[in-house]
Amino acid sequence: MRSRKVSPIEQVAVHGLLIIWLLISVIPFVWMVSTSFKGPGEIFIFPPRWIPRNPTFNNYIDLFQEMNFGRPFLNSVLVSLSTTFLSVLIATMAGYGFAKFHFKNKNLLFLFILGTIMVPGQITMIPVFLLLSRLNLLNTYWGLILPAIANAFNIFFMRQYIMGVPDELIEAAKIDGAHEGWIFFRIILPLARPAMAAITIFTFTGSWNNFLWPLIIATDESMYTLPVAVSVLGGQYTENIAMQMAGSVIVILPLIIVFLFTQRYFIKGITFTGMKG
Amino acid sequence: MKTPLRAIIGFIGPSIILLLIFMLIPIVVSLVISFTDFDVYAIYDWGRASFIGFENYVNLMQDPLFWRALLNTLYALVVAMPLTVVLALSFATLINREATYFKNFFKVSFYLPSITNTVAIAIVWAWMLNPDYGLINWFLGLFGIQGPNWLGDPIWAMPSVIMLVVWKAVGYNIILFTAGLQNIPDYLYEAAELDGASRFQQFLHVTIPSLRPTIFFVTVMTVIGYLQLFEEPYMLTAGGPLNSTLSIVLYLYRQGFRFFKLGYASSIAFMLFLMIFALTYMQMSARRSEV
Repeated sequence: MRSRKVSPIEQVAVHGLLIIWLLISVIPFVWMVSTSFKGPGEIFIFPPRWIPRNPTFNNYIDLFQEMNFGRPFLNSVLVSLSTTFLSVLIATMAGYGFAKFHFKNKNLLFLFILGTIMVPGQITMIPVFLLLSRLNLLNTYWGLILPAIANAFNIFFMRQYIMGVPDELIEAAKIDGAHEGWIFFRIILPLARPAMAAITIFTFTGSWNNFLWPLIIATDESMYTLPVAVSVLGGQYTENIAMQMAGSVIVILPLIIVFLFTQRYFIKGITFTGMKG
Repeated sequence: MKTPLRAIIGFIGPSIILLLIFMLIPIVVSLVISFTDFDVYAIYDWGRASFIGFENYVNLMQDPLFWRALLNTLYALVVAMPLTVVLALSFATLINREATYFKNFFKVSFYLPSITNTVAIAIVWAWMLNPDYGLINWFLGLFGIQGPNWLGDPIWAMPSVIMLVVWKAVGYNIILFTAGLQNIPDYLYEAAELDGASRFQQFLHVTIPSLRPTIFFVTVMTVIGYLQLFEEPYMLTAGGPLNSTLSIVLYLYRQGFRFFKLGYASSIAFMLFLMIFALTYMQMSARRSEV
């Protein structure tokens, strides 16, 4: 380790800069929460008031009673959880296959999958929309879930991780007569848990925040996901700022809570991606 | 020792089939559709679409709105990318110092904007950018600066969009850069110090060259991401005022899912794909010639 005398002036300057960016990062959230508890009279007060004088829950109550925000909330939970579960499951299976199986053209097939990471979602949007409309899956849960299950990045991530599992473990099990399924459940799954945790969080975040897909697929109000419902709210009720802020809190807060509990895996996962990228 | 076919199909099959249906075949189909006049009537009866050769592409090249969207997107990219990289690298360097306190706290807080739902936070930004009651103009007012009508002024609308884009992107890249910084071996710095290099010289001649792979990864991913700019202008300005924030994907969405001109929209999608491919390829070859 290098240790050097650091001047107090430098320490103050560095931490000062970090605190400035901290404020820039956090203030929009503080402002959002604060505004969401304001009554109609308090929004347009200038200079801005950081803490509402008469905090009220009415914006949240209205959101669920008048705007029926319960439905998009449940839709989002259902779609995100299903997408994440299925995506992590098949990515782990495929990752195991590409890491440990022996067959012809394995690496070629894998490169093929890797190539799809580079394809922007907008290019597949129109054909998939047509396919879903042909299958009568527009405005259905399957229409929202199916296209997002196969995730090339997740397969890549799991393959890289499972490659680190020692071959000896697998060979020993094979000598005892174990087949691939048994090895997967008894050896791979327990060892691959940290990587699965990372892609679980990434996939859930991506699904929860997904906007363009549901905007196209879920045109019926009963099928809106939270981001779509909030975007409509943002467009319609321009005079009711406090309710918009409450809507934003409903979308943002659950994910921040999930993140704060799982940030270790998040940061590990991103770091791992950067190393392999 | 070959793996039995049953196991291969069972474990890899589901992913391959789904990727084929939802990724690979659609790319080809998208190209095919871009050579047709597929429109709203064809959605219910595919037989109504017919091949028109390169007509969509010819029209696109003569479409002033497409050029507008292209220039806007490049404008956002050229401003936002260097800002993102410089800010992220600077803060990562500050966090990575030995003497910095609360490293993890800063990292986690800086990352919050990156996981935040863009649509929801854009509504918050729109309120903060409000010219009369917004937080940002109030803050500028403290210094006697009269803030602009951010989202209502064609000159200031795109900078507003860029602000939100950069605010969201920095935290994620800080994490990538701190990981890269931690991998630089200490002896490089010790050697530089023995040679009498100042800390700034060390940064220039040790840190930057060692970080090349990370910087490359970050710039490639950032370019790809910013070319697909959509949610921020959709929410903040809906592409206005006077199309000053119309992005390529926003234009694609408008043509495809507002007017249902799916043939035309597919040709926009393909142009975007070509641009992403070309820019990524250019960056890769630039890197190769460096090595």
